Amino acid sequence: MANQGVVLDTVFHALADPTRRAVLQRLSKGTATVSELAEPFDMALPSFVKHISVLERSRLITSRKSGRVRTCSLERENLVAAERWFDQLRAQWASRYNNLDNLLAKMSGDKNDE
Amino acid sequence: MTNDLRFEFVADKDERRITVIREFDADRQLVWDCHTKSELLDQWFAPKPLTTQTKHMDFREGGYWHYAMITPDNEKYWNRLDYKTIDPIDGYTAQDGFCDETGAVNPDLPGSHWDGTFADEKKRTLVTTVVQYASADSLQAAIDMGLKDGLASTLERLDELLLVLQEA
Repeated sequence: MANQGVVLDTVFHALADPTRRAVLQRLSKGTATVSELAEPFDMALPSFVKHISVLERSRLITSRKSGRVRTCSLERENLVAAERWFDQLRAQWASRYNNLDNLLAKMSGDKNDE
Repeated sequence: MTNDLRFEFVADKDERRITVIREFDADRQLVWDCHTKSELLDQWFAPKPLTTQTKHMDFREGGYWHYAMITPDNEKYWNRLDYKTIDPIDGYTAQDGFCDETGAVNPDLPGSHWDGTFADEKKRTLVTTVVQYASADSLQAAIDMGLKDGLASTLERLDELLLVLQEA
């Protein structure tokens, strides 16, 4: 994937927050206005807009203003590049530990054989 | 196999830290042995489909584990883990790095500091591993390497990935 590097640094930070992850999940279903996105959260609008700004800086989302309405959309390519790394690393640890489960089961079995 | 074993994988960019928490259905001594004896590490440490092969193991403070993770094509990725502190069977700290077959560490590749702790959890054992990168640059280098290396797992669908993140 071409668009790695600089983007990933801010992407990491953007993904670290549950509100921002929820916004991304909502946007994966389609574009939405900032007020639509803010609605499920019990949060003052200025605080919510800060989350939107973090997402924009990371280039995970883009937004367009039309009159007084700002509409956001997901930049899938950028999200996928970052996700790929998390997912790989997580999968490596998961696989490694599944191996260990099997080894432990085998060793415990040997020990319990009477 | 029991599938209710706790597994958490948390990445914190600001702290340049990855925390992996995993529960095992075995007593602590056994889990500790599996992490500290090379004949046991060789049986599980590399993620599938890779295998692990130890070249040198000296599990003591100041000692190190030098091993290769081997692909099905017999390509070897050499690593070394230098043990800093050891507190049987509660935990250890170590410096992780990429090296060559002779064990010479490549200073240009991103190393990390490992802090592993082992705790009883009823009849199970909880292992927490904190992987700390020294700088934002070394973390970024690890990310870039990870994206390029040949160990890539298949990318799952975006929505599923978001669900995983949600749970993290």
